[in-house]
Amino acid sequence: MADSAAVASRKPLIDRRVTKALRVPLILAGIAILLVLLVQGGVIARGNLVYNVLVDPFVLMVEAPDLLLQTLWEGLVAGVLYALIALGFVLIYKASGVFNFAQGIMVVFAALTLVGLHEKGVPAFLALGLAIGVMFLLAVAVERVVLRPLVNQPDIILFMATFGLTYFLVGLGESIFGGNPKVMITDQLFLPRGATDLEVFGGRVTIQHLDVAAAVIATIMIAVLAVFFQYTRIGRALRAVADSHKAALSVGISLNQIWVVVWFAAGVVALVTGIMWGARSDVSFALEIIAFKALPVLILGGFTSIPGAIIGGLIIGIGEKLGEFYWGPLLGGGIETWFAYVIALIFLLFRPQGLFGEKIIERV
Amino acid sequence: MLYREAGQYKSSYTADMAVFPLREDRIGLGIILLIAFLVIPLVSTPFFIGSVMLPFLVFSLAAVGLNILTGYTGLLSLGTAGFMGVGAYACYKLTTLFPGVNIIVWIFVSGFFSAAVGAIFGLPSLRIKGFYLAVATLAAQFFLQWCFIRIPWLYNYNVSGAIEVPTRTLFGVPITGPTSSVETRYLVALTIVVVLTWFASNLVHGRVGRMWMAVRDMDIAAELMGLNLLRTKLLAFAVSSFYAGVAGALLVFLWLGGAEAGDVFNIRQSFLILFMVIIGGLGSLIGSFMGAAFISALPTILKFGLPAIGIPIAGATAEHLNLMVIGGLIIFFLIVEPHGLARLWQIAKQKLRVWPFPY
Repeated sequence: MADSAAVASRKPLIDRRVTKALRVPLILAGIAILLVLLVQGGVIARGNLVYNVLVDPFVLMVEAPDLLLQTLWEGLVAGVLYALIALGFVLIYKASGVFNFAQGIMVVFAALTLVGLHEKGVPAFLALGLAIGVMFLLAVAVERVVLRPLVNQPDIILFMATFGLTYFLVGLGESIFGGNPKVMITDQLFLPRGATDLEVFGGRVTIQHLDVAAAVIATIMIAVLAVFFQYTRIGRALRAVADSHKAALSVGISLNQIWVVVWFAAGVVALVTGIMWGARSDVSFALEIIAFKALPVLILGGFTSIPGAIIGGLIIGIGEKLGEFYWGPLLGGGIETWFAYVIALIFLLFRPQGLFGEKIIERV
Repeated sequence: MLYREAGQYKSSYTADMAVFPLREDRIGLGIILLIAFLVIPLVSTPFFIGSVMLPFLVFSLAAVGLNILTGYTGLLSLGTAGFMGVGAYACYKLTTLFPGVNIIVWIFVSGFFSAAVGAIFGLPSLRIKGFYLAVATLAAQFFLQWCFIRIPWLYNYNVSGAIEVPTRTLFGVPITGPTSSVETRYLVALTIVVVLTWFASNLVHGRVGRMWMAVRDMDIAAELMGLNLLRTKLLAFAVSSFYAGVAGALLVFLWLGGAEAGDVFNIRQSFLILFMVIIGGLGSLIGSFMGAAFISALPTILKFGLPAIGIPIAGATAEHLNLMVIGGLIIFFLIVEPHGLARLWQIAKQKLRVWPFPY
């Protein structure tokens, strides 16, 4: 007895936390060594399937670092945009527990309002202000018409209600502004255009100015949101609501007001996302598929975590572009519709609540 | 007055546990079946059968399948359309590879293919729950849809990239393909739906159904009571996908007669079927039918109903208005009756039982 206790209390050679942190790199290194051995041993010969899947992409990455860099950059930009959409989801989910399926449509609707108003002759920045106003009205309307009557219903009912909202917004947007794709007013909003070619590793990496602007604006917005949540009265109330609805109500925080604020914040995030995304392609309801791109980001980062949304967005964006570029041709292309989900699922197998989600504790 | 149990005595436990304990219910069911099997094919127009009844049957079956998963087992799935697609493509491959075997057999067998795929994609459900699971099932939806487009072997390398439904016969009468009449297709679909609904009813009222409901109410508690979660959840996924697969085969072979995967088995369809389940009532078979009737009839009603009551609308506007009205109705229904049409039906029956003397 005494012996075993002594053994258990003996300090390990290396601190356990270190070994735990080292486990993943060690496993990866092991796999790499195994691969090299297999290649040397001739098990994986050039041209066979295993080689194409496991070795060839990495060889390509090392041989053409400029291509890798270009892919990484594109993944990063796409990731920032995914993160922005996911951010809208997270804001609403934290504060009201609603899985807001309509976030993707709100992105399109906001962008469409902006462009549509400008087409009708409104100056660009006035249109921007009006679009923000429209998002506020939308937030109030959603709170009044959808959330308030459905308070305390099961999650799935609220989820389906936002699905109804999606339908409604698509119909509304198309009947007001028409269904034709529109061009985002980048020049009028002083968004930069054009591209810079960088000479790296003897190759060329093209960087769109717009993408840089998108990354910068997204960063600024996230910082502003963080400050808002951390230091303002409403922000504090909002965090209180996210912690516990009941406790927040009992200290006199108005849930209805908070919901309006949150939906409005999500609407503004949607507007910014819509401008950025619309500038990269046309503004039309075909953009709604980006909402489905944001969902794996959400389950990867966790529904309740803002840093999770950002980091998850970057992982998905970069992983997706790498997968599409290096492994996509093996499968015949077009894999980006589901590849992000596979990445997210693999993460989920190890952390069921996402990377940063609240720990799920269940009691009977 | 007419609808009450007074005077109906149960003299055995079997009678006590019957699904329809009231004689009036049984008579009503008989009348509905009679109308469905005899009156509708004889009386109504091919247009009504083809564009109202057939979609209703197909979607009811899919909704029953999803209800088993979402309503009875409490697992949210957004991949139903993908599983329907598996059934449709499996049926197509089977009937072109083995044309000698009757198509009805293949329709049922294709359900098993779909069940296998569903069980595989159901594996994450052991680890993740709620909306995380819903998003995970979206992976199935997108992956399967990608397969339907990118793997030409599935549609026999047709130039159109779609299933071309061959003519198959039952007792010498063509039931699929361009030469079959819409009435025979309707009758075949109806028979399959009735048989499968009867089977589902027995499943959910029996031991398996109790297991599913225990998992729905609280899976950890169910596990502590000795239920095998792995088997129960995967069984729910498999059975649900079986129904979806058969519904998909019916959709392509008996209703549309040829389908482009991207059009029919897309994510919207999955959402619509989930919506049928919710508006009909979670955990209710009759609710699935009501929800399917409501959702599949709604576009048609709006298309022909609005001009009839004097709101003239052009093509494009009509479509936008349609979307707005559907969206609005969805929210309205959820607010008014979150438990679905099945609950309304239950309340109506309860009131009828004590009518006209409620006290």
